[in-house]
Amino acid sequence: MTTVEIFGLLKEKFGDAILESKTEGVPSPYVAVAPHSVLNVALFLRDNEQTRFDVLMCLSGMDYMAGKFGVVYHLDSMPLRHKLTLKVHLTAENLHVQSVESVWKTADWHEREAFDMYGIVFDGHPDLRRILMPDDWEGYPLRKDFKVPQYYNGMKVPY
Amino acid sequence: MGLLDQRFENSNVFVTSMDYMLNWARLSSLWGMQFGLACCAIEMMATGASHYDFDRFGTFFRGSPRQSDVMIVAGTVTLKMASRIKTLYDQMSEPRYVISMGSCSNCGGPYWEHGYHVLKGVDRIIPVDVYVPGCPPRPEALMEGLMKLQEKIRKESLAKG
Repeated sequence: MTTVEIFGLLKEKFGDAILESKTEGVPSPYVAVAPHSVLNVALFLRDNEQTRFDVLMCLSGMDYMAGKFGVVYHLDSMPLRHKLTLKVHLTAENLHVQSVESVWKTADWHEREAFDMYGIVFDGHPDLRRILMPDDWEGYPLRKDFKVPQYYNGMKVPY
Repeated sequence: MGLLDQRFENSNVFVTSMDYMLNWARLSSLWGMQFGLACCAIEMMATGASHYDFDRFGTFFRGSPRQSDVMIVAGTVTLKMASRIKTLYDQMSEPRYVISMGSCSNCGGPYWEHGYHVLKGVDRIIPVDVYVPGCPPRPEALMEGLMKLQEKIRKESLAKG
């Protein structure tokens, strides 16, 4: 199925929770969904006979600057040989999104990484803590407004 | 003059200085600590393997810092790893030596400007005896680093402390 067809299928099933779909003028076509419906959409995409997205290839955090954040899901279907890009848009005031760890186990560490780097909170994640940075690290390093600290535990950080 | 040349004829007595003997013993069996941090560790493993054969310098890798004489810091030292390296160094018994292998460990390497997570040189936390440049250094370079360390040990003296 193409992104446009999947968008139609999702729109029919979930209505307003499916926000938009862009296929022109973007590097890869995508479908944007509301943060509170990610889990249901993910379950539907995995189990529906027409979509059968059984692989979460990648889950990425995004900082679009000016207080806008996002999560991008790249899905793949091994049996049906098609792909889909799913996006969720967030704002700095409310960085909460449903966890899809229960749908694809891959999401476990990917969501921890997005939390570690951007501070995006995945509600329902079984073990949401930092995965790369030390536990006592302050701040989220991949945010565009992140400033490198002068010292960490007595060690000078800048060159 | 070598140690064996000073051996008296048909006896097991030889005359040498204490410094010479201790230094000879130390530099001839520099046991390395077996830990690698990044791609430099691959070159370090190649150096240890049969083709380059680190063992001919008396260097082979031990699994415990208590049994090691030289720590080869092979790779990028992240801030998270830095405190562990400090602990491992403290656990080594004296005399202990450090070879900093590769650009990352020397000065931060390619992460010197934007690496928020990288310590810009392992010499910020532990004293370094020999710096081996390269990214990563070839086995020959690491072997030269070890020989430089051996030269350094050869000049040591108990009297000077």
